[in-house]
Amino acid sequence: MSILVDQQSRVVVQGLTGREGSFHARQCREYGTRVVAGVTPGRGGTLHEGIPVYDTVQEAVRKEGADVSLVFVPPPFAADAVLEAADARVRLVVCITEGIPAADMIRVRPYLERTGTRLIGPNCPGIISPGKCKVGIMPGYIHKPGPVGVISRSGTLTYEAVAQLTRRGIGQSTCIGIGGDPIIGTSFVDALALFKDDDATRAIVMIGEIGGTAEEEAAQFAAREIKKPIVAFVAGQTAPPGRRMGHAGAIISGGRGTAAEKMKALKEAGIHVLETPTEIGETVQRLLG
Amino acid sequence: MPRCYREPFPGERVKIHEYQAKQILKEFGVEVPRGDVAFNPKEAAAVAARLGGRVVLKAQIHAGGRGKGGGIKVVGDPGEVEKTAAQLIGMTLVTPQTGPQGRKVRRLLVEETLNIGRELYLGMTLDRARGLPVVMACAQGGMEIEEVAARDPEAIRIEPVDPLIGLRPFQARKIAYALGLQGEQVGRAVKLMQSMARLYDAKDASLVEINPLVVTAEGGVLALDAKMTFDDNGLFRHPEIRELRDPDEEDPLEVEASAHALNYIKLDGTIGCMVNGAGLAMATMDVIHHVGGSPANFLDVGGGASAEQVAAAFRILVSDPNVRAVLINIFGGILRVDVLAKGVVEAVRQVGVKVPVVARLEGTNVEEGRKILADSGMNFTIADGMLDAARKAVAAGR
Repeated sequence: MSILVDQQSRVVVQGLTGREGSFHARQCREYGTRVVAGVTPGRGGTLHEGIPVYDTVQEAVRKEGADVSLVFVPPPFAADAVLEAADARVRLVVCITEGIPAADMIRVRPYLERTGTRLIGPNCPGIISPGKCKVGIMPGYIHKPGPVGVISRSGTLTYEAVAQLTRRGIGQSTCIGIGGDPIIGTSFVDALALFKDDDATRAIVMIGEIGGTAEEEAAQFAAREIKKPIVAFVAGQTAPPGRRMGHAGAIISGGRGTAAEKMKALKEAGIHVLETPTEIGETVQRLLG
Repeated sequence: MPRCYREPFPGERVKIHEYQAKQILKEFGVEVPRGDVAFNPKEAAAVAARLGGRVVLKAQIHAGGRGKGGGIKVVGDPGEVEKTAAQLIGMTLVTPQTGPQGRKVRRLLVEETLNIGRELYLGMTLDRARGLPVVMACAQGGMEIEEVAARDPEAIRIEPVDPLIGLRPFQARKIAYALGLQGEQVGRAVKLMQSMARLYDAKDASLVEINPLVVTAEGGVLALDAKMTFDDNGLFRHPEIRELRDPDEEDPLEVEASAHALNYIKLDGTIGCMVNGAGLAMATMDVIHHVGGSPANFLDVGGGASAEQVAAAFRILVSDPNVRAVLINIFGGILRVDVLAKGVVEAVRQVGVKVPVVARLEGTNVEEGRKILADSGMNFTIADGMLDAARKAVAAGR
């Protein structure tokens, strides 16, 4: 099993004909993902990389049965792309785009609640169920099917964790990059809830970072709801306050959002909290026995 | 993460001065004291003469705590304005927020003084947990709101702002009454709060802080001080905000980095770091600390960096005189390791590097990348894993 995406997922790529969209659509398809359509307004009726292109998401859903959307649309238009996917009743929207204004996202989120659409991201590497389906930009070859669920706010740091697991022969059920922005569609808590109900997931790796209180909320939820072992790392233990560390969400402001606070909350919830990200693989191996 | 599309704005992280923030407040209908900016003592005297009477001279730097550092002076005698301004302009102002090196004062805000009755706090920022902006208010103005929040969270009044309907008058009234405002002050405060909320949304602000908001003896409600920061991601639709940036207030290396669309933050340590991805970059800093070193910078070269960008990153990195060793930690996904290696070799060839370079390379095209470094004839130390890389870099920098 896996969560959210598998062999049945039918993916439409919004922004297919752009540079990033083309490259990653090809990579996803080579991994085995069913990329059934692309959407670029004005390019409808053409083929791109052998994939049929439509002017609207609605058409892609009607004609190709797309139920998952992968968004590579530039920031000024990305919020609109997410809304369009939700309007077309796509089940899951994965938004890779970095740089969407917070003011746009605060308008998007309530709309998604109304349509019941799940959003992953924005500003994230996407989601992969190894061996089944990749909807994102992560290098597929570092993954391996198996029992560990991975949830992360970071991109390359997730690859680091996954590579450590795979090198030890430990595979992953599903890996979700939830994104580095202050307002995101799927939180740690949401992802934990999904892994809780997934029988194939026997352990969970959580990679947080400074800023916000999502890790603290996840700790509370995990203490209450999750019996599976969880290993966590929080990046930015040595980041100075008041400086935004790359991700729009990664900032310690007003003394809140520090790694120390997050690590304490996670520890108190019975989660295995690591001092450095280099111990992720061995810790999971030990816990799985 | 790739920037599917992003103009490399020079000086992307825009903070603005108090006088600029007040101009924006004024545009949106928030009352502020009469005043103007001055770049030299003569201009300061001219502004003071226009205002008449007692004035306050406020040093304009991008840091708070200016009063404590001696950057705010009240001048009663119009003949003294030029002299006092001459003392302020050019001084290095050290405040709790500038660090020990301080900031040079180049601009003053010259303002009328007010008969202050009460000092309140008013602010607006994004509440991530709610996914909405919130207005925050507190009857104790002029203080650091974080201190109040830590000591007495009940003292802070919070109203979320729904973007569809804006800050409603009833919400603003709730705040005004909670602040103890009376009579005509209530209506003035409501109008002011609604103006602030409109401004926050219209300008893609990430923080608007009016601290203190004052009620004058005459019953006026004004913004006596103002701080504003903006959402970098919204800047593409606000060229007018980008123009307000003050390069004198920015680190020159950070300005150059942002011109190359690189994410660079200068820190105080000795190990220069070049990493792809913000999370991995922060984690690399953590690991360096863990093995007893300290990072000289945060540098995320991004997901889709070109060889030119990598070369620029390397140049910026080693132009920091504190750097005693460089640690390259790359997990190539979209950024291919061979592209990175070419960039590094190119940069070393151009600028020459006198410090040891330790590279940890993993991911897409890693073999080609390692080969490029090995065949370059340059002295790179190849590390196996993050921990090994950090240890080697810290040892090399001793």
